[in-house]
Amino acid sequence: MIKKLFPCIKGYEKYTLLTPLVMIGEVGMEVLIPLVMAKIVDVGIEGSGGTSYTVKMGILMVVMACVSMMFGSLGAYFGAKASMGFSKNLRNRLFNKVQDFSFKNIDKFSTASLVTRLTTDVNMVQNSFLMFIKMAFRAPVMLIGALIMAINVKPDLSVVFLVAVPILGLSMVLIMTHAHPRFKLMLERYDKMNSDVQENLIGIRAVKAFVREDYENKKFTTGADLVRRAQVAAEKIVILTQPIMQITMYATIVSVLWFGGNMVIGGDMLIGELSTFITYINQILGSLMMISMIFMMLVISRASMTRIVEVLEEDPDITDDNATDVKVENGSIEFKNVSFSYKESAEEAVLRNIDLKIASGETIGIIGATGSAKTTLISLIPRLYDVTSGEVLVGGRNVKDYKLANLRDEVSVVLQKNVLFSGTIRENLRWGDFEATDEEIEKACEAACADEFINSFPDGYETDLGQGGVNVSGGQKQRLCIARALIKKPKILILDDSTSAVDTATDAKIRKAFKEQLDDTTTIIIAQRISSVKDADRIIVLEDGEIDGIGTHDELLKTNAVYKEVYDSQQKGDED
Amino acid sequence: MAGPRGGGPGGRGQKPLEKPKNVGVTIRRIFSYMKEYKPMIILVVVFIIISALASVIGTSFLKKVIDDCIKPMIDGKTDEGMSKFIKTLTVMSIVYVIGAASTFCYARIMLNISTKALYKIRVDLFTKMEALPIRFFDTHTHGEVMSRYTNDVDTLREMLSNSLASFISAFITVTGVFVMMIYYSWQLTLIVILLFFVIVKLTAFIGSRSGAYFKEQQKNVGRANGYIEEMIEGVKVVKVFCHEQKAKNEFDVINDDLRKAATKANTFASIMGPLMNNLSYIHYAITAIIGGIMAIKGVHTFSGVFTVGTVIAFLQYTRNFAMPIQQISQQFNSVLSALAGAERVLSIIDETPEVDDGYVTLVNAKIDENGNITESDKRTGIWAWKHPHQATGEVTYTKLEGRVEFDDVTFGYEPEKTVLNGITLYAKAGQKIAFVGSTGAGKTTITNLINRFYDVPDGKIRYDGININKIKKADLRRSLSMVLQDTHLFTGTVMDNIRFGKLDASDDDCIKAAKLANAHSFIKHLPEGYNTVITGDGANLSQGQRQLLAIARAAVADPPVLILDEATSSIDTRTEALIEKGMDSLMAGRTVFVIAHRLSTVRNSNAIMVLEHGKIIERGDHDDLIAQKGKYYQLYTGMFELS
Repeated sequence: MIKKLFPCIKGYEKYTLLTPLVMIGEVGMEVLIPLVMAKIVDVGIEGSGGTSYTVKMGILMVVMACVSMMFGSLGAYFGAKASMGFSKNLRNRLFNKVQDFSFKNIDKFSTASLVTRLTTDVNMVQNSFLMFIKMAFRAPVMLIGALIMAINVKPDLSVVFLVAVPILGLSMVLIMTHAHPRFKLMLERYDKMNSDVQENLIGIRAVKAFVREDYENKKFTTGADLVRRAQVAAEKIVILTQPIMQITMYATIVSVLWFGGNMVIGGDMLIGELSTFITYINQILGSLMMISMIFMMLVISRASMTRIVEVLEEDPDITDDNATDVKVENGSIEFKNVSFSYKESAEEAVLRNIDLKIASGETIGIIGATGSAKTTLISLIPRLYDVTSGEVLVGGRNVKDYKLANLRDEVSVVLQKNVLFSGTIRENLRWGDFEATDEEIEKACEAACADEFINSFPDGYETDLGQGGVNVSGGQKQRLCIARALIKKPKILILDDSTSAVDTATDAKIRKAFKEQLDDTTTIIIAQRISSVKDADRIIVLEDGEIDGIGTHDELLKTNAVYKEVYDSQQKGDED
Repeated sequence: MAGPRGGGPGGRGQKPLEKPKNVGVTIRRIFSYMKEYKPMIILVVVFIIISALASVIGTSFLKKVIDDCIKPMIDGKTDEGMSKFIKTLTVMSIVYVIGAASTFCYARIMLNISTKALYKIRVDLFTKMEALPIRFFDTHTHGEVMSRYTNDVDTLREMLSNSLASFISAFITVTGVFVMMIYYSWQLTLIVILLFFVIVKLTAFIGSRSGAYFKEQQKNVGRANGYIEEMIEGVKVVKVFCHEQKAKNEFDVINDDLRKAATKANTFASIMGPLMNNLSYIHYAITAIIGGIMAIKGVHTFSGVFTVGTVIAFLQYTRNFAMPIQQISQQFNSVLSALAGAERVLSIIDETPEVDDGYVTLVNAKIDENGNITESDKRTGIWAWKHPHQATGEVTYTKLEGRVEFDDVTFGYEPEKTVLNGITLYAKAGQKIAFVGSTGAGKTTITNLINRFYDVPDGKIRYDGININKIKKADLRRSLSMVLQDTHLFTGTVMDNIRFGKLDASDDDCIKAAKLANAHSFIKHLPEGYNTVITGDGANLSQGQRQLLAIARAAVADPPVLILDEATSSIDTRTEALIEKGMDSLMAGRTVFVIAHRLSTVRNSNAIMVLEHGKIIERGDHDDLIAQKGKYYQLYTGMFELS
């Protein structure tokens, strides 16, 4: 797992290495300073050194403190540089990876979860990384350094650490191993509680309309109480840390005073040495605590690391690897015995045995019930998904032979769940083609019947759409999306139920404009309204993942039961 | 929206310093959540004091042991030296044990109190949220409210379980150490005071610098997260337009800006530690020099002659003095931001809930031979409005039929922008009334007024002849059922979600309702049938299926009035035709308000209202309106556009 994240220090290797180094420098000073302190007491104050010695050593100590301060501040700077660089690289890699994902990869993670991984999880890992490079070397070096100094001061007395260090270490390990599953449980319950809140926020109208406030309150109260219990269960173990640390430390101090005191009385040790030794107790046990905290942090952030690595390790299942750099020659489409399922494990394929030939420039309508796999069928043309078996040909070539950019530049899809981005209308339309001239943009808007309402806005094409295009209505959004797709000037244009919020008259106007302007363009229209596809050259009726009939409107009315049924359900209003 | 674990451990360094507006009031209110644990809190404070004192006194024993026990014995002055040495160490151990035990006790009790207080705050927050008017949710985004539960309550939790105790303990330690210092040597204490001012100044300086950098960082975090959210939510569109490379390049720029800002903010935040730490060493050196000179000169202090032991103890105190000050300065920011968060939480708890001064209630009723309506305590299937008249004290009963009247209703979500203008309409019991018009014409607003999601002045809207403002909201809403355009399902089984309409409905009732809505057949095909668990707002169901469930949910509630707001917009026409029968039987005998885009759905209504800019511009049944050759005719024949 670490191996996957390691390359993210690229460009910041220097800082990643320098941080622990200067931290060790700081530790060195911190370990040496007590020694100077001892000299001040033993030689300067107690002994024969006198004032001048005390002053000399005092100045030395100030200098050491300044050096340590410098190292510490550099550590802060290098650490920040390294960890923020690391997280920048990590975010970049994740973002780029997601951009390379196929639709299938995206479906697997869901966009919401991807966003969490790029924000919260990266943040978590970044903090652990910073903690790690600053502390993972500093603490052990401090532990060993202080231990060496203590032994140096009085080897016999250092035996106490042989008892104290294992006891404290073992207690920390026990606390952590016991606390971890309890914290996991707490987080699970916490997530559940928060998702309850979120549900209530989204569905507040339903809650109020059905007078379910009390019911939801009761549900939440139970959830909040479960969180509370789990929190108590987890933290009651963690709060043992502090008293255990204190007891160990105090016990060590008392033992050192007793044994050391006796040594001093016996003339084997100086008073200053004794107090220095006590300072080292602080450093040794303190760094031991620090080490256990690093472990804790790593354990906590492991979940985030796993989630990030999952994304990094996911291979985009649609790539350019076997493609050649050829252009799409014409807008012909062919399906050869195509079957498709979203999941390999699925019992029944979503699309089965599709054989279909569409000539360049044809206009095709697709009709079918919700869930009959209309969207799935057209998704295979720009290779948003790869077929499970069979093959899809565009311009006489298998779609897998094209570079994705070449293919998708010529196959323009207006998705059912479409999205506009923050920015002005013009900026959004330019997505289709960055080189598009203003005339081309206006022409596309005219064809999509979007020019009227755009011009009615005070800022016209410069109107800011807001995040997700909140500033326009559903029908307006659909027409902007169509215009955006038109600007691409594709050889194949696919509209997936893209005029559902547009009224019939405008819908007809758009189709008329298509006929006039996009004569050479193969156009595929998925619709719920018969009127939207009536004039198509051919209409495909999909039923349960299979082609139930192909033909013109009049032919299908005569031969296809499903088509007739749909037609009838929409005509009822017109007959009387 | 970002993950529910928003704050997360370690995520706190990212917040800019926010200042609470009214510290005193906020603290008092947080403590009011712990009111019932008052004796426990006093106990906690006592334990904290004991624990802090123990560490101060324990340190003072260091001097005692060295000065009074070890030193005399080196000089061989005393014979009872050894026993005194042992006695002092024993007392010292006892003090330490008491200290550690107190530490444990206060932490344990505090854990109980703080988690209970948090629990109460959460429940209060949620209960309040459920009681807030729809208007509140119009003006606050989900993310905003959600972060009250995650970030704000979390930092509060941090404060209650950590900061508070260490704050008190640090404060006591500092005071205790300070007193001991003065006792040992007021001369050296002067240096301490000097240092203290340096620390305060330094903290203020770095704090203001890092505050500015944190703000900058926060701005960049917001920008990067916004971009991530937008580009990942819309990644399918990005791919369709082959925009991957451009998105990558743009993100790289935004991401690097974030890195730069974050590096600065983080450097300043973590420079504090080494600065403080080493200042205390410098302080130590200065104290040692001056103390050493004083000891050699034998200066007098409150505790007697200044000795080597005094210097050693004093030096130990300088270390003990620096640590809690460092702690306080670190905790200070987190306490402030926790209080700011608490204020935001409390501000929601302080919001005015939906006003409900209705006193007309819905009761089970019996009708005797004379047509008199009386209350019944059994379920009779007949419902009546129980109307106690305040003036006369008499109680009248009106049968629940589902008549709805609007009398010249004018309404706007914001006072200066009216959405409805002089709407007058009358729906007899069992009639089907349809609203047709463009987005923003006010169709949904009308239905929002019927169930009092928003309030209008008295007497403007009547239900069975009763001013709806007099009807208890819960009872009013129970007598109405809504199927909304966006169906929201809740985590739970399919059965639970249908039962949402009426909690005491039996399984059979739910299945019957599902059959009525034509949802039965698809539910049967779900892996677990009616016991299939729906998660994430029904993400595993199609739009159409969710809508069918919503219709079943309304059917099981069995109310006299039904509001269908674009209820069938996501269902294809063939399926719609299939459920039409179900819908017809659902609508039979009920007053129905229908909002629909597809005119075919509304054409058999008793009355169709064409709305434009909040006004009814045409009304009548289908044939009337076609004959009028007005807007409806244009719409129907496709000459005019609805958007």
